[in-house]
Amino acid sequence: MLKSKHITLGLFFMLAILSVVSLFVGVIDLNLRTLLQGDIEHLEIFLISRLPRLLAILCTGVGMSVAGLIMQQLCMNKFVSPSTGATISSAQFGILLALLFMPSSSLWGRALFAFAAAILGTWAFVYFIQKIQFKDVVMVPLVGIMFGNIIGGVTSYLAYKFEMTQALSSWLVGHFSLVIKGRYEIVYLVLPLVVLAFIFAGHFNIVGMGRDFSQNLGVNYNIVLFFGISIAAMITASVVVVVGSISYIGLIVPNVVAMFKGDNIKGTLLDTALFGGIFVLVCDMIGRVLIAPYELPIELIVGIVGSIIFVALLFYRLKNGRRSIRLKPSGSGCNTAPVMQGGQCE
Amino acid sequence: MLHIKNLTKRYSEKTVVDDVSFSIPKGKVISLIGPNGAGKSTVMGMISRLIAKDAGVVEFEGRDLSAWNSKELSKRLAILTQSNNIQMKLTVKELVTFGRFPYSGNHINEEDERIIQRAISYMELEEFQDRFIDELSGGQRQRAYIAMVIAQDTEYILLDEPTNNLDIYHATNMMKIVRRLCDELGKTVILVLHEINYAAFYSDYICAFVNGKIARFGTVEEVITKENLSEIYGVNFEIQTIAGKPLSIYY
Repeated sequence: MLKSKHITLGLFFMLAILSVVSLFVGVIDLNLRTLLQGDIEHLEIFLISRLPRLLAILCTGVGMSVAGLIMQQLCMNKFVSPSTGATISSAQFGILLALLFMPSSSLWGRALFAFAAAILGTWAFVYFIQKIQFKDVVMVPLVGIMFGNIIGGVTSYLAYKFEMTQALSSWLVGHFSLVIKGRYEIVYLVLPLVVLAFIFAGHFNIVGMGRDFSQNLGVNYNIVLFFGISIAAMITASVVVVVGSISYIGLIVPNVVAMFKGDNIKGTLLDTALFGGIFVLVCDMIGRVLIAPYELPIELIVGIVGSIIFVALLFYRLKNGRRSIRLKPSGSGCNTAPVMQGGQCE
Repeated sequence: MLHIKNLTKRYSEKTVVDDVSFSIPKGKVISLIGPNGAGKSTVMGMISRLIAKDAGVVEFEGRDLSAWNSKELSKRLAILTQSNNIQMKLTVKELVTFGRFPYSGNHINEEDERIIQRAISYMELEEFQDRFIDELSGGQRQRAYIAMVIAQDTEYILLDEPTNNLDIYHATNMMKIVRRLCDELGKTVILVLHEINYAAFYSDYICAFVNGKIARFGTVEEVITKENLSEIYGVNFEIQTIAGKPLSIYY
C-alpha cells in the first residue's frame, strides 16, 4: 500500500507544478517578478484570465473523470462515460432549449436547463440499459453513442431551423478561450459534487457489484443508482455550460487509473481526480503552445491524445487480458501468473 | 425464527410459487431442492427480500420482512446469489470489508478490521487477500464471498446454488464450509441445491418443491426415500445408506 500512496503524492506534485507552469504560458509574457512588483496590467491578466482558466481546467479535468468513474461503476461497464452515455449531448440540448425559449437567459438559466436535460437524458439511457440487460459489454456504449447522436441530431436540426448554429457552436466544441472572470464560476459546482462522490464512494462500489449484492448489504440499489447518475450528470452539465463538450476524459482517465489501482472507488477516486486534472492541463498547454499566438480548442487536443491512449489501452487488453499492472513487488501469492480471461476487453 | 405463511408469486398469469407455508428451524442447514422451475429459487428470493412477493407473509423474528429496516435486516440475514458482477477489480480484502458495511458504512474501525481478518483466515484466504477477485479461480472467489458473509455476521445465511460452476473438489469443499458455518459458527444456513446427494449428506432438513408447492418437508431421512424422490423428479431412484446418510442413485 506504501507504493500506491507514493503514486497519489506524485500525481499531486505533478499537478501542482503543471498548474504553476500553466499560469505563465500565454500570449502576454507574465512572470513572477513583474507580478510581485505590482504591475497592474499584468496582475489583471493574471486574475481575470490566467487564474480562472487554470481553475476551470482543473474543475473540468477533475469533474469529467470523476463523472466517468461513477458512471462506469454504476453501469458496470468500462466503456460508459459522459460522452458515451448521452450526458454531454443532453446537456447541449438543454442549452439549446434555454437559448430558444429564454434568449435573454443568464449563464445560470442555461445551466439550469443543461442540468435538467443532462439528468433526464442520462436517466433515460440508464433505464434503457437496465431494462434490456445486454450480454455484450460493447453494446451498452454503442447504444449510448447512438442515443447521444439522436439527441445531437435533434439539437442540430432545431439549431438550423431557428438559426442558432452560430450561438450553439461555442458549446459543441470544448475550449477554454472564453473562460474569463465572471463567466466561468458555474464550473465550481463540480467541487461540492465531487465531495459528494467521495462521501458515497462505498455506496457506488456496492451498487456496482449488482442489485442482489447491494440489497444483501442493506443498500437501496435504485436510490443510489439514481443519485449517483444524477451527480455524474450534474458534474458534466456544469462543465459543458462553461467549457463545451469535451469527450474522452471520462472514458480514459478512470480506465488508466483502474489498471493500476483496481476498482475500489475509495482507493481510486483521488487518483482519478488528480490524473484527470493533469490530463486536461497538459492537453490545454499543448493546444496553447502548438500554434502560438493562436490556440487550438481543447476538444481537438483531447480527441487526438485521448484516442491514442484509448487504442493503447485496447492493445494492452488484447495482449494481457484483464490483468492489471502490478504495483507491489510480487510476493504473497502474487507471483503466480494471473488467470487470463481471453482477449476480451472488459 | 423464520416463518413462511401462504407465500405466493405470480409472473403474469403463471403462478410460480403457490401458497407455500413452512417454518425454518434455527441453527440448522436447510436445503431447498426440486426440479427446474419448481420455484425453489423464487422462494429463496422472497425469503431474502430480493424478490417482491405477491401474497403471504415472511415473518422474521416476529415481524414481516417488509416491516424491517433494510440495514437492520442486513445485520441479521445475508443472501448470496450467483448474479454478482465478477468483472470488478476488487481485492479479496476489499470484498470482505463490504461485509461490515451495514455496521460501519465507509468507516471501518478496529473491531471491524479484526472481524474481517478473522473471516479471511476462517476461509483460508490469507495469501489471497490482496489479489483481485476477477483473477481468482471459481472456488477461491466463492470462498471470498462466503468470507464476506461471515464478516457480515448474520444469524441467517441464504445461499442460492453455491456449488454452481464448481468442480467436484470445490463443490464438496463448499458443502463442508456450509456445514462448518452451522456447526462451528451457529448459523442457520438455507440453500438452494441441485445436487440431491449434497443436500442429503450435508443438510439437517430438506424442503422439496414441485410446481410451486412444497412436495415434502422434513429431516433428511424423512424426505430422501425412494418413493418421495421418484415422485418429485419423475425418474427411478435407488437409495443406499452410506456413512449413515441416505444417498441416491438415479437412472
